[in-house]
Amino acid sequence: MNFKNFSIDLKNKKRLIPQALTLLFIVLAISYFTFNAQVNMGNRGIAFGFGFLTQEASFDIGFSLIDYDGSHSYARAFLVGLLNTLLVSAIGIIIATLIGVTVGIGRLSSNYLVAKFSEVYVEIFRNIPLLLQLFFWYFAALRALPLPEQAMNFNDISYLTVKGWYVPKFIWTNFSIFIYFVIAAIIAIIFVSKHAKKQREEFGKHIPSFYISTALLFLIPALSFLIAGVELEFEIPVLKQMSATIFNFRGGVSIIPELMALAMALSMYTATFIAENVRAGILGVGKGQKEAAASIGLTKTQILKLVVLPQALRIIIPPTTNQYLNLTKNSSLAAAIAYPDIVLVFAGTALMQTGRAIEIVSITMGTYLLLSLSISSFMNWYNQSLAIKEK
Amino acid sequence: MNLIILKPNKENLQTYLALGVILLGIGFFDITSNTFLNFNMTGFLPSIISYLSPLLLGTLGLYFIRIEYSGNITLDQINKNLNSSNINAILSLIVIFILIKYVPPLLNWAFIDANFLGNAKEDCTGDGACWVFVKVWFNRFMYGMYPDAEQWRINTSFLVLFGSIVSIFILPNKFKKYIILFLLFVFPVIALNLISGGIFGLKWIETGAWGGLSLTFIVSAFALIFCFPIGVFLALGRRSDLPAIKYSSIGFIELWRGVPLITVLFMSAVMFPMFLPDGTYMDKLMRVIIAITLFEAAYMAEVVRGGLQALPRGQYDAAKSLGMGYWRMHFLIIMPQALKLVIPGIANTFLALVKDTPLIFVVGLLELAGMIGLAKTNPEWLGMATEGYVFAAFVFWIICFAMSRYSQNLEKKLSTER
Repeated sequence: MNFKNFSIDLKNKKRLIPQALTLLFIVLAISYFTFNAQVNMGNRGIAFGFGFLTQEASFDIGFSLIDYDGSHSYARAFLVGLLNTLLVSAIGIIIATLIGVTVGIGRLSSNYLVAKFSEVYVEIFRNIPLLLQLFFWYFAALRALPLPEQAMNFNDISYLTVKGWYVPKFIWTNFSIFIYFVIAAIIAIIFVSKHAKKQREEFGKHIPSFYISTALLFLIPALSFLIAGVELEFEIPVLKQMSATIFNFRGGVSIIPELMALAMALSMYTATFIAENVRAGILGVGKGQKEAAASIGLTKTQILKLVVLPQALRIIIPPTTNQYLNLTKNSSLAAAIAYPDIVLVFAGTALMQTGRAIEIVSITMGTYLLLSLSISSFMNWYNQSLAIKEK
Repeated sequence: MNLIILKPNKENLQTYLALGVILLGIGFFDITSNTFLNFNMTGFLPSIISYLSPLLLGTLGLYFIRIEYSGNITLDQINKNLNSSNINAILSLIVIFILIKYVPPLLNWAFIDANFLGNAKEDCTGDGACWVFVKVWFNRFMYGMYPDAEQWRINTSFLVLFGSIVSIFILPNKFKKYIILFLLFVFPVIALNLISGGIFGLKWIETGAWGGLSLTFIVSAFALIFCFPIGVFLALGRRSDLPAIKYSSIGFIELWRGVPLITVLFMSAVMFPMFLPDGTYMDKLMRVIIAITLFEAAYMAEVVRGGLQALPRGQYDAAKSLGMGYWRMHFLIIMPQALKLVIPGIANTFLALVKDTPLIFVVGLLELAGMIGLAKTNPEWLGMATEGYVFAAFVFWIICFAMSRYSQNLEKKLSTER
């Protein structure tokens, strides 16, 4: 806001009155609600404050990425919920992008069957409410999976059952050293691509930076196993008999059905919108661009990589960012199938126990607001780095 | 490569065609017998090759019939649309195999083996879907716990709504204005009184009993009617050059757009009562409609803003040069044009609104999806979740698909008119 202009504005009556009225209305509304809230909370004997966050939560959460049990604080429970939300959003975004790009390209395929198949997919999954899809996956599809004793077996290392998907657990020795090596690899890749760009722009030399980068990404971390004493073992889930009739898997990591259903519903729903964005982006690149590229002798792959994609990405990214934001916000539907995300853990259980409606709902909404703003500012930054740089 | 010797050419068209069709036929026979007859023709081969044999045979077959300008129109069409390269051939085969493998069982489940007759779970003796469940609960799915004898009131309201919307398209322009005014100001009052009752001797029916698909429509219709004016004012506010109004509009819009609807509903359920004067009570459905209205108004504001931005500057200048003030300019010149531009956007917002209404289950209101959740936990109807959700998905799909097609048509029509 430009405060210099603002002070001049104040002298102008015609501009002053509506603004003053708006501000007065906002202030009055806020103070009215605050007053009521104070009276109501006074009647119930609770005082506004965030002190409860340090109190013992004394409830358990079924699925957690960090150490948590009932003896931890409400703040810790909030963190567990937030991490679960971020986990399912990240999985959803990755899968949705993969499906969305595939289907979006598929819709433009010259193959009639593939194009129709993609269109049917988009029209079906886009027009069914997400909540219903979620219920369908959770209550109908995943409930039809076999019991642990007849689990679907993937090469004896991974098992899919009605109680979840059991995958091997990674057990690391000297994990931090491995991470340092990965960081070193990333720095090396940045250096190589900068060098390659410089060589290309100044001397016209082509360095295959993509292959070099891929090799570096695998070779440097692999080196850490040889010289730095990093070790990796897999803990494979094993079927154990719990009692006479109850079997279950022990060991490994269990991906709970709630997470699977949520990730599946979110990604299949959002993928339809991403597919439409991808299609619009590719169609948005003028035909002349492709013809011009073909006329100077570029191959089909080169046309796609050097001419079509860089231009299409500029059209695709802004609406796709919006879809990523929607996916993150929609992950709050987790509350419907009891996946312990931030809404269920914090706005559900914690609110029920403490009764602090105003504090908890505002923390939850504030968190989502912060998530939305940070994703959109990151994507804005990325979008700007892709934009046409005019010299 | 060996295949180069076997390069199909036009001279030996018949030979290659016969070879290709035979290989393709074997491939299809293999997958069909595998799927339906439990007989694996290629079982003697190693398992992975046996698994992929239909694909390999089919690809080879399609390779042999890929002959350009063969002179046979059908063959050329097939080659062009399904078989233009090896990769396309494999993709086509995969799609066809998926259809062969999964469509017949699906049809079996939904129609052939399904049970339509009877009125209890015991009548479902076949292997397929038990549509009896949907039949028995149909009334509940549509009207919730609303008493059967009073359901004509809901039907009448929707008939009036539907009738007036249709008459907008049929009647001459002269009457359109009145019908739109009726829909915006008179109809909501009439419908609300008719459905809730309590006057003119109608039985009072509390909102807790409302439910099913009709509740979906009630919530979305009211939210749409109320969010529209708020959205228009927010859009004007956001484009205003008065900083206090501009930044408070931006703050309001971005606040609602940044949070998920479910937290807004939570807010309406647990936080909103705290903000009301002590002792006042506001109906749950009312709170939900207010929450959804505020939420959708932010999205509506962005849609309307898009229309305002699309109008050329000349329109503003022309209006100003006629001596029009801010309000006259906006309501006589700018808004009519801007709103016409964004009709598809409004339709899309409404579509999103309809798709969001199942979320009201978090405050305990049961529309279609919620009623199914209730019905599937009924001890007499356990294990009917699939049928219920498939039915609900189908109903929603029809509504949303029709609406999205309508808005796409409008978009096309409007873009050609300009």
